[in-house]
Amino acid sequence: MFSDPTVLSISQLAESLKKRQISSEDLVNSFLERIERINPEVNAYITIDRAGAIKAAQDADNRLDAKQGGPLTGVPIGVKDLFCTKEVRTTCGSRMLHNFIPPYESTVTSRLKAAGAVMLGKTNMDEFAMGSSNETSFFGVVKNPWDLTRIPGGSSGGSAAAVSAGLGVAAIGTDTGGSIRQPAALTGITGIKPTYGRVSRFGMVAFASSLDQAGPMTKTAEDAALLLQAMAGHDPKDATSIDSPVPDYMASLNDGLKGRKIGVPEEYFATGLSTDVASVIEEAKKQFQDLGAELVPVSLPTTKQAIPTYYVLAPAEASSNLARYDGIRFGYRCENPQDIKDLFTRSRAEGFGSEVKRRIMLGTYVLSSGYYDAYYLKAQKVRRMIADDFKAAFTKVDLLLTPTTPDTAFKLGAKTDDPVQMYLSDIFTINVNLAGLPAISIPCGFSRDNLPIGLQLIGRPLDESGILSAAHAYQQATEWHTRKPVL
Amino acid sequence: MPIDPHYETVIGLEVHSQLRTKSKIFCGCPNIFGAEANTQICPVCAGFPGVLPVMNREMVNMAIKTGLAINGTINNFSVFSRKNYFYPDSPTGYQISQYDLPIVEHGELFINPEGQSKKRVGVTRIHMEVDAGKSLHEGIVGASWVDLNRVGTPLLEIVSEPDMRSSEEAGAYLKKLRAILRFLEVCDGNMEEGSFRCDANVSVRHYGAEEFGTRTELKNLNSIRNVMRAIDYEVERQIDIIENGDTVVQETRLWDANNNSSRSMRSKEDAHDYRYFPEPDLPPLTIEQSHIDDIRARLPELPDDMAKRFQDEMGLSEYDAGVLTASKEMASYFEIANQVVTVAGKKNAKATANWVTVELLGRLNKNGLEIEESPVSATNMGKLVALIQSGDISGKIAKQVFGFMFDDGGDPEQIVKEKGLKQVTDSSAINSEVDQVLAAHPEQVEQYRGGKTQILGFLVGKVMQATRGKANPAMVNSLLKDKLG
Repeated sequence: MFSDPTVLSISQLAESLKKRQISSEDLVNSFLERIERINPEVNAYITIDRAGAIKAAQDADNRLDAKQGGPLTGVPIGVKDLFCTKEVRTTCGSRMLHNFIPPYESTVTSRLKAAGAVMLGKTNMDEFAMGSSNETSFFGVVKNPWDLTRIPGGSSGGSAAAVSAGLGVAAIGTDTGGSIRQPAALTGITGIKPTYGRVSRFGMVAFASSLDQAGPMTKTAEDAALLLQAMAGHDPKDATSIDSPVPDYMASLNDGLKGRKIGVPEEYFATGLSTDVASVIEEAKKQFQDLGAELVPVSLPTTKQAIPTYYVLAPAEASSNLARYDGIRFGYRCENPQDIKDLFTRSRAEGFGSEVKRRIMLGTYVLSSGYYDAYYLKAQKVRRMIADDFKAAFTKVDLLLTPTTPDTAFKLGAKTDDPVQMYLSDIFTINVNLAGLPAISIPCGFSRDNLPIGLQLIGRPLDESGILSAAHAYQQATEWHTRKPVL
Repeated sequence: MPIDPHYETVIGLEVHSQLRTKSKIFCGCPNIFGAEANTQICPVCAGFPGVLPVMNREMVNMAIKTGLAINGTINNFSVFSRKNYFYPDSPTGYQISQYDLPIVEHGELFINPEGQSKKRVGVTRIHMEVDAGKSLHEGIVGASWVDLNRVGTPLLEIVSEPDMRSSEEAGAYLKKLRAILRFLEVCDGNMEEGSFRCDANVSVRHYGAEEFGTRTELKNLNSIRNVMRAIDYEVERQIDIIENGDTVVQETRLWDANNNSSRSMRSKEDAHDYRYFPEPDLPPLTIEQSHIDDIRARLPELPDDMAKRFQDEMGLSEYDAGVLTASKEMASYFEIANQVVTVAGKKNAKATANWVTVELLGRLNKNGLEIEESPVSATNMGKLVALIQSGDISGKIAKQVFGFMFDDGGDPEQIVKEKGLKQVTDSSAINSEVDQVLAAHPEQVEQYRGGKTQILGFLVGKVMQATRGKANPAMVNSLLKDKLG
């Protein structure tokens, strides 16, 4: 029926699967074959669960045969390697967990599996989700399918590259400071970070607990809506998950842009924006106006506080979250420890990479007595101010439109020696995490050297419907999201 | 013990009490003691990647209950914090606790130290936290083992003001606090098993000084007796240091009960920097006032209220009321016994209290037994008192019966019947005994009639002896008087 089913979106595939024009098992085999061929170049996957995927596909086919399938039944996806998956190795991109096989399943993956999605494997990522380029993974760098000499973004770089390169219909990522949206923008796909608490964090290896949030990375906003529908919702196993009903995202997907007020925060267009990104976003703004939206200039004065605030709070939480990796109960343990202190220090020194260590030290420092008030406490106060800024803006507008990143994907190795430059690549995404808001990145054009550029739509708390329908309206009118890299 | 009268001792206590919730604080594992190592654990207990804590509401309710029982303020908004430190038996590398916003503040406790009047001790705060696992070293060579069963056991840390001035007061505080926790059925208060643990902060200062002296923290105190001994030792140690012209060093000291001494564990400089920060996995705890009011309305009667009731309604002395409410078991023993006496229509709480506090507690102490181990049941104790009240046996015979009951158990009514100890109240039977005694002692009869009336006691004794104590002494008395008349 299809020459290459790996180019299709979930909504396109679901119809064929439902009509039994294609079986899930055949589909999975097509992807596994493609992964075998292309993954060695891109390095999007750390672990391929061939047997598990085929078994799940067969189960899905049985359900589809019995006309019991839903929109995700039999759909093959990749899962970022920080979602704990029962009996499937979960490494978090780290030597520390290179041998860790969880005895439990994350809520996100168990919900997706219950909805019939088939997990092809676990995607590559920056170690413990700390990075913006996917160069900190113990399992090697991930390459951008649009240009294999460039980074795919991070930390969900493996998930982004997998979707972009057709190594999965979609993938699941996590976003602490932009880790879904930034790689989505740099690889030309759609990625949504839901409101903090909309999706359960249970079974997601924690980086910064008050910021981490899981979300889908897809070819289209419609696919993102389908996946988020299955992922979202209250979970009694996560005390920070929001106990409020999940709306029907598909039902509002075609709400359109007519009459919607979209704020354009001036601070996001100030210095630092590349000329290609600036002109592409300018075009996209016009497109939104053409579709009936009213663009309103707004100001978010705390925008420039994003990076310093985030790099106090996220490492503080990380320094504590990563204390459990001590070589005692699971994960990497050093050889021949002399005593308990040696076991702790050497297991951690050998098990963690340098970016993780940098952040643990940073976090330890800002929480230390004598420094707590000056750093951690102050950053908490600024975080509140940032949230208040957004709140004020949302009294005037329904959505905010910004570039997702200041520039396109940079060359591998270009910023590895300059952490501050690396951190600045998340400058437009981080404040959204600090404020706990939902935001989506969608492809909106290409640079002169044919690299994808992303546009970010930020919504009010729990207004995933609003940003999904806006993104969908834009994608109905444009074809940037349909472009694929040549591999 | 005698302490240098120029110095005043200042003591503050930190108590960790394990709560008797059904499940652990942050997961569904059972909260039980004594199971085989590492059998009561799950990924949450073991600090596995990606798992999250979920707060046990039963624990929150127990904390509120305890706060109300000590007249504390229950904070409607309180926050969990992480206390960070590496230790093999702390799987996450941090302890979830409460730091600047605990659930309870500003409480108080009234203590009754022996030979002293009632005294108020402030309770600074009560906060919720999680217990750690245990490292096992004994009998293992070249390694240590870790048992994580205890990880996740809910703890209340109860911190007193530095209001105590002697080891006796510290002991009384611990006894009162333990009684309250037991009355509330939130903690079994077993110091040996570690479900009720105490650290003591101790300093000394010259009488009249306003500033506190440098304090030391004493750890490893596994009984109230050890707390008191360790404090006494520490007070002497600190006074010696000061008298020698040296200064006390702020440090943590470990008590060694076997050698009756303590040694330095770590100095202030070596103290951990715990890097507390708010726990991002648990939202702040908000408690509705109506929920607090609900719990208040369902609070059981507490030791102080019960003691007051014993005094007001039963006419007991403050001392007896205090003794009888020292523990839940003690109070319930007394109440059952008293109930039996009352039902028998011979209501006499004072007599019951007397029998329990003097005879029973005396024998129990002598045998090293707790009230719950008493061989004499509360019901049988009540029956015995009722037998005295009804005149069926005399107090003297009752002591004999009590002896049988304590040694061999049994129902006093049956013992009296089987051993024929029932008091003789039949006047004709006593009459003949009186006649015989008068006939056998003409000399004494003469003396009595000659005005030496105090000889009557001798004659009464003879009649009692002849009846083996069973005659009603009042009847013997009046019959003798009549006949000698």
